[in-house]
Amino acid sequence: MKLSKEQVLHIARLSKLGLTEDEVEKMSEQLSNILENFEILNKVDTDNVPPTAQPNALTNVLKEDIVKPSLPQDEVLANAPQRDGDYIRVKVVLE
Amino acid sequence: MLDGKQLTINEAYKLLKDKQISSVELTKSCLDRIEKLEPQVKAIVTVTDDLAIEQAKKADKMIADGNCKPLTGVPAMIKDVICTKGVKTTCSSKMLENFVPPYNATVMEKLSADGMVMVGKANMDEFAMGSSTENSAFFTTRNPWDLSRVPGGSSGGSAAAVACGEAIYALGSDTGGSIRQPASFCSVTGLKPTYGRVSRYGLVAFASSLDQIGPFTHDVTDAALVLNAISGFDNNDSTSVDVPVPDYTKCLTGDIKGMRIGVPKEYFVEGMQKEVEDAVKASIAKLEELGAVIDWNVSLPSTPYALAVYYIIAPSEASANLARYDGVKYGFSYKDTDNMWEAMEKTREIGFGPEVKRRIMLGTYALSAGYYDAYYLKAQKVRTLIRREFDSAFEKYDALVTPTTPTVPFKIGEKAQEPIQMYLSDIFTIPINIAGVPAITVPGGFADGLPIGLQVIGKPFAEETILKVAHAYQQVTDWHKQKPKI
Repeated sequence: MKLSKEQVLHIARLSKLGLTEDEVEKMSEQLSNILENFEILNKVDTDNVPPTAQPNALTNVLKEDIVKPSLPQDEVLANAPQRDGDYIRVKVVLE
Repeated sequence: MLDGKQLTINEAYKLLKDKQISSVELTKSCLDRIEKLEPQVKAIVTVTDDLAIEQAKKADKMIADGNCKPLTGVPAMIKDVICTKGVKTTCSSKMLENFVPPYNATVMEKLSADGMVMVGKANMDEFAMGSSTENSAFFTTRNPWDLSRVPGGSSGGSAAAVACGEAIYALGSDTGGSIRQPASFCSVTGLKPTYGRVSRYGLVAFASSLDQIGPFTHDVTDAALVLNAISGFDNNDSTSVDVPVPDYTKCLTGDIKGMRIGVPKEYFVEGMQKEVEDAVKASIAKLEELGAVIDWNVSLPSTPYALAVYYIIAPSEASANLARYDGVKYGFSYKDTDNMWEAMEKTREIGFGPEVKRRIMLGTYALSAGYYDAYYLKAQKVRTLIRREFDSAFEKYDALVTPTTPTVPFKIGEKAQEPIQMYLSDIFTIPINIAGVPAITVPGGFADGLPIGLQVIGKPFAEETILKVAHAYQQVTDWHKQKPKI
């Protein structure tokens, strides 16, 4: 399975991941090689085998809803790239 | 490190409790060691010297008050993927270069309650993706046994720091071998607990169904002491499991007579280093001398599929987990545009290194429309088969023993341009994370002065069994007592 440049750019767009020209080139080759190695799984018969999402098979873990103080706003906002008072400033979403 | 001798936690504990040394003295000796060795070893992203002295003073106060626990006042190194309140947590990424967590990981809360001293945050492969620390955005850590070689990864800084005495123990995280492979490469003891044994709250997520926090120590007794301190159910991690936490030192009797130990033949593959194979077989013979019943002919037939399963599941989960780095809430943010989408793409283009990008791409592809069934779902089904094979092996055997890595530590640069060659160095550790079972690696010999590791694997929540086997092995070997001459 060879990944074309167009496919690489399509996946990059889905990931919201910018890539340089050079990276697109490299990615196409390296991802193709890795995907080729995945073909080994086609040899495994998995009919009637259920998938495992996580190893401990826990379902619906619930807990009491206990009211506790949340993190101090100032400390949380301290990491924001652009702060405006008690808000995080973002770029225009709807033009 | 004291008077040139590397102390274990257990030794330091006795000296501290009997007030033969203070935590401040012990901490200063590690900080001196850090100052002396860091220019060569480069294990640490952030040295927390002031904080360490402050914590050591608190620990000395606890000890004076008669409240000395095994980890009280003992200097530790923490992998820079574990959130430390008020101390930068970078994941060795440009993306989080200036990120200061507003809260502590659960393991940090637990250790703090015991009077921990943190001397630094350890270097790693970016976002824990890698096997050599060469993917760190900052610098490559060097192996204290041979500075031209890698310390392993992703927790390479944690492993190297313990090996050369910059700290007495360390915490790392293990998604596909990231504790055990570097522990093996640096000749220290490294434990990956059962998935769900230790809370992942505050561990920056890489692959959530595989990640687990665990210790690097000088010996198995120390590993048990750290596991005692960090284990347990946590309301903040719904995948942590509510099973009782025993005193893990109680099982360290040295007696493994009659224990049934299996050796899976799929872990002795073509292309592995002959000296590694020989050393591991000699180690298994030691266990036999101790009275264990060895079956050399165990088969886990799905083992050859584990690498492909891992490199579908881990990147898939990573591509979702790393979607949060958008330059909006925290972390690196590209500012030279007014367009939201362009800002996001540029933030990620500049903030992430090549391996992280590769895995985000791989994961996004495996989860994308039209490929989900062929890759992700298929991998999850083979994951079931791998787990079932471990389950049925553990009906017959108390533990399985294998090499930890197929080779001794490789040269810096040797595999950096070959992703698949790099991935292969985790071939013996990856199946364990896929199955979610616990495993420990202990020093098992040397080839031309380079470390070899022995891996002991157990059934879910049977940490006591693997600690017992590994401890018994350390009673009749002294590989773990040999230290790099640096």
